[in-house]
Amino acid sequence: MPVPADQYFFIDPNRCIGCESCVQACSECDTHKGHSMIHLEYANRRESPQTLPVVCMHCDSPTCAEVCPADAIKRTEDGVVQTARKPRCIACNNCVLACPFGVPKMNVRQELMMKCDMCYDRTSEGKRPMCATVCPSQALFFGTREEIERLRPRSRPINEFQFGFQTIHTKVRMMVPRETVATHIDVAEVLCHPDEGSDQEDAMLAAALCELPIVART
Amino acid sequence: MEDNNVQVTNFPDGRPQRVQPRWRQDFPIDLEADEYGARRDFTKFMVLTSLAFACGQLWIALLSTFRGRSPREQRIAAVDDVQVGQAVGFHFPTQRDPCLLIRQSENEFLAYSSLCTHLMCPVRPELEQGRLHCPCHEGYFDLGTGRPIAGPPRRPLPRIQLRIDRGIVYATGVEERAS
Repeated sequence: MPVPADQYFFIDPNRCIGCESCVQACSECDTHKGHSMIHLEYANRRESPQTLPVVCMHCDSPTCAEVCPADAIKRTEDGVVQTARKPRCIACNNCVLACPFGVPKMNVRQELMMKCDMCYDRTSEGKRPMCATVCPSQALFFGTREEIERLRPRSRPINEFQFGFQTIHTKVRMMVPRETVATHIDVAEVLCHPDEGSDQEDAMLAAALCELPIVART
Repeated sequence: MEDNNVQVTNFPDGRPQRVQPRWRQDFPIDLEADEYGARRDFTKFMVLTSLAFACGQLWIALLSTFRGRSPREQRIAAVDDVQVGQAVGFHFPTQRDPCLLIRQSENEFLAYSSLCTHLMCPVRPELEQGRLHCPCHEGYFDLGTGRPIAGPPRRPLPRIQLRIDRGIVYATGVEERAS
């Protein structure tokens, strides 16, 4: 049974309060043996306590699956990218290095990559993912489009990301301010051309590699 | 915002499938198209199962070559050592097979395996009533024939074939009976 087509996963990093409820809820699940599949990242730990939850975005062209040499990562027909299949995963770390969102993590002890699969055991039966059920500020929200329109009148979801020349559409939506004209999030743009307003050089970004490899020119 | 459940997986360069390299068809990302592993698993299962069957057949063949031999004749007791109406225990054909030798009359000897055919408890002779009694579940066997007459046992006790030669009782074989 696929995930209901009218149920969407929305992430609103603005609303995240860093309470780690999602991490706790995720690690309580038996399907991944007490390891949390959700990462709570700090936006800029030196400057602010702002955190953002990182779940798998479930791309339409999953880079983790593209680079897997063992054919272990599969995508179901409803667009959920599953975690690595245990008999196949060879713990080579390719997916960990390749994922632009930094979602897969290697479990060295088990020699297995485990990643978020949107709680497929729950969502395929019509329930909500664990993290979305416990998030107190609803930074992680799982529901219909109408619900999110009603609850967040000042935001709108987008699911298009640009990595160099590659465009990725994700199943998980990011909430952005309604007034923005952006149709997609260009990651390289954000990295390499920070706002002109701040003339201060960001020490972190200055060291970052700003030339992404060209996948293909069409 | 388009459909939530995108059916097909897109390729990194965004071009359709027919212009993609061949290896992408061999290693599909869609779960339904991933039959390669299933086929491999099925083959593995078939090979291992046939191997298990073959090993089982070999094992059975080995067992049956050793099982078919008739046991060696064994001395049980002297005729004079057993009184009429007395039972003597012995082991035949191996040390792990307890049996009973019963002297019914002056020259009539009977011997049965003393393992009850229900759950292998040792049976006890009750010669006055003409029966063998298994105390575990109250099973009774007829003394003359070894057939069950009461309780849970359904099969008769295996009978030990005897030969009396110059005052010595020998056990020569086991007569297995189906019912």
